[in-house]
Amino acid sequence: MKKPVELIFELSKAGRKAYSLPACDVPEADEKIPEKFARKVDARLPEVFEVDVVRHFTRLSQLNYAVDLGFYPLGSCTMKYNPKVNESVSRLPGFLKLHPYQPEESVQGALKLIYDLEGMLCEITGMDKATLQPAAGAHGEMTGLMIIKAALEHRGEGKRNKIIIPDSAHGTNPASASMVGFEVLEVKSDERGNVDVEDLKKLMSDEVAGIMLTNPNTLGLFEERITEIARIIHDAGGLLYYDGANLNANLGKARPGDMGFDVVHLNLHKTFSTPHGGGGPGSGPIAVKKELVPFLPVPVVERDGDRYYLDYDRPLSIGKVRSFYGNFNVMVKAYAYILTMGPEGLKEAAECAVLNANYLMKRLRDYFDLPFDRWCKHEFVISGNKQKKATGVTTLDMVKRLIDYGFHPPTVYFPLIVPEAMMVEPTETESLETLDAFAECMIKIAKEAEEAPEVVKDSPKTTPISRLDEVTAAKRPIVKWDFDK
Amino acid sequence: MWNYIPHTPEGKQKMLEALGIKSVDELFEDIPKEVQMKGIYDIPGPMSEDELVKHMQCLDGKNLNLDSCACFLGAGVYDHFVPSVVDAVASRGEFYTAYTPYQPEISQGTLQAIFEYQSMICELTGMYVTNASMYDGASAFAESAFMACTATKREKVLCSKAVNPEYRAVLRTYTRFRGVQVEEFGYEDGQVDIKDLEGKLGDEIAAVMIQSPNFFGVIEDIARIAEAAHSKGAMMIVSADPISLAMLEAPGHLGADIVTGEGQALGNQPSFGGPHFGFLAATEKLLRRMPGRIVGQTVDTQGRRGFVLTLQAREQHIRREKATSNICTNQSLCALMGAVYMVAMGKEGLKEVASLCYNKAHYTMEGLVKRGFKRAFSAPFFKEFVVLSPKPVKELNDALLKQGFIGGYDLSCHYPEIGQGWLIAVTERRTKEEIDRFVDIAGGEAL
Repeated sequence: MKKPVELIFELSKAGRKAYSLPACDVPEADEKIPEKFARKVDARLPEVFEVDVVRHFTRLSQLNYAVDLGFYPLGSCTMKYNPKVNESVSRLPGFLKLHPYQPEESVQGALKLIYDLEGMLCEITGMDKATLQPAAGAHGEMTGLMIIKAALEHRGEGKRNKIIIPDSAHGTNPASASMVGFEVLEVKSDERGNVDVEDLKKLMSDEVAGIMLTNPNTLGLFEERITEIARIIHDAGGLLYYDGANLNANLGKARPGDMGFDVVHLNLHKTFSTPHGGGGPGSGPIAVKKELVPFLPVPVVERDGDRYYLDYDRPLSIGKVRSFYGNFNVMVKAYAYILTMGPEGLKEAAECAVLNANYLMKRLRDYFDLPFDRWCKHEFVISGNKQKKATGVTTLDMVKRLIDYGFHPPTVYFPLIVPEAMMVEPTETESLETLDAFAECMIKIAKEAEEAPEVVKDSPKTTPISRLDEVTAAKRPIVKWDFDK
Repeated sequence: MWNYIPHTPEGKQKMLEALGIKSVDELFEDIPKEVQMKGIYDIPGPMSEDELVKHMQCLDGKNLNLDSCACFLGAGVYDHFVPSVVDAVASRGEFYTAYTPYQPEISQGTLQAIFEYQSMICELTGMYVTNASMYDGASAFAESAFMACTATKREKVLCSKAVNPEYRAVLRTYTRFRGVQVEEFGYEDGQVDIKDLEGKLGDEIAAVMIQSPNFFGVIEDIARIAEAAHSKGAMMIVSADPISLAMLEAPGHLGADIVTGEGQALGNQPSFGGPHFGFLAATEKLLRRMPGRIVGQTVDTQGRRGFVLTLQAREQHIRREKATSNICTNQSLCALMGAVYMVAMGKEGLKEVASLCYNKAHYTMEGLVKRGFKRAFSAPFFKEFVVLSPKPVKELNDALLKQGFIGGYDLSCHYPEIGQGWLIAVTERRTKEEIDRFVDIAGGEAL
């Protein structure tokens, strides 16, 4: 078993160094920093030598689970394999060592890549124009909602200040709506796991700006009445926002633009294979229909013959949501992925992702509660309610036990409408053998929950640390090293 | 067969049989007919690995990379040296292919690295708490305005015109939709115009927002500005260059309530503007108003030290529309690179980097002044400065580019009042030889 690692500050010894810098080859400046601006006490960064740095972070890395180590069935996170060639091409010097303000003629390759990737994402989503500026999914949501608000204000309908969001939605949806100053109206889900259309109709008014939907939704189910929903929203003067968290299921099968959505965001770090990086960086491009193009953030990459340029002259634009043009290096990886897969490969990815999810659901359905019994798309939700009622073993206990068997837990306690939820997304990059091994484990844990509940409740046992005291962590927060101790 | 999809025809058949269906199409039958896709995407590919690499190299070749020229351009992104250990760590699959550390038992690597990152950012900025990263310096700056507004229950902020125009643009976008008002105040000799600021400061102001060193590279009198802000009950928000903090007093020791900044200079390549990371640090009083993830130290059931994501009741996945922010995915790996950089440079290395930048920037400035350029401001600066160009900056930069130099940022678009302002950045990577040639060419052009 791997052992916990000391903090880097505990290794520090005055006088050690891990860097080599050139000697100063210019004379010391005559002009000194005025005394009142100069730092009085040095920042106490650690003093270690180079081997310490490498061993410390390598040992830390070994305390992590990762896609490169095993199956990561996190629902709505699309933890597919992160291809190695994407990493290596993203490190080409012309992508990595490029200043965002270099003269346009010296960055034509980068601008072309952005322009072409935007075009591909529009084709994939059925939209008219995209921007790659947003840095993450939630950032894309916020940007898309800003565009909706700006367009409505431009139409003279600024009083539309309410956004409808399903009760099954990701937390970012309502949080993004708040960031943009919208009020949230929650629409219920029906017994098939779809948006309750009757409830939706009741919520409609001339104050509704639109609806945010994930499709397939967070239950992994396709909104069967999507075209009807689109009609209801559009007829009432609202707009439809597509949360692309679950786009992987739709690749080559159905396009949000054809479903009636006006704005979509994508997560390049989910659908398009770029790594999650332990929480980021991601990239959350948005794409819009024609009428909303004038409101896109600046700059927009445009093309004039063979020349690509940045267009800032867009009077109706919402402005900027981050500096420069977005997480460019993430775009390079997504672009490489799309070219590797091509149109047939992307469709195959969606089909195999959906096949994998349905197969796993089938294997597990007799052992866990299944709140919605219909074909799922790329993910499905089961519940540990049965076990909880029988022996008090919770979903949390069971997924912690999964860690002992070498798997990462699925997403748990989400969506909020399913008690003791476990949301499983296998992705297309996992083999039948892996799915079978995972299913066997889940079944074994269901049995353990019945026969030896204490074993499950005490898990995990094989990790360098056991379950942590999160309550104390929040009550008496220690959020940095105490340099004075 | 596809190399990223492991399904064999036999395996697929077995799965279909288990499901009792004939074709995978049956799994998609609940998609309404009218929205089912008929043909296939009109996009290029598939490409083999070698074809892809060649294609990417071709695009790469259409960009002029900073290793094949000498860069005097900064304005928010800098050509600093990145030691090899940074990429060695960031290239480990255990770090870059991991998810957000929601399962602490198998995420201690990421969690502890972030805790160390937080500790070092707090130490540099002189603050109590920082989060696990923001998208960039601009969005960190904008979100800090919201923190100040909720903390003071006021809805207007004052922002210096000497703050990076990108940051101000993002601040305008964020605040416009949330109904927060932004008013700008001017600068005098490249520094905050304290009279203009004091004239605009009232009881309705939530925060005074500045950058130091500011967009012109000039060091601001943070203590003086903080005093003015606090006298009206407003918060002091400072966006800082982390490299400068090895030499310059920590904003937290000068009265700042929130310190934000762009972390790119700490071990992240320019990368055409991203991904980098933003940092956001604050006083203890603001702990529970912080946006984004924070790692805290705690103990496990055996009393062993461990780390978890903490104070999650602030965040969107718990609090939904009442969260402090909508941020979820951040720039974790970039912050990890920042942490490795800070560890590798350490206490002495970061001071050396700062001092090299400082001396080289001053040497460059003196050279340009000797060649007839006028310094735009007399106020003290760190690694970036403004000179006035006798001819349009674009012409100067074009001439330099032909000789393998990337010239400074053209201020005439955002700051026409300065005239033909040329913002030059000099990092530790620029040699005396490069600087001398740069000054020579620029001096020759300016004649």
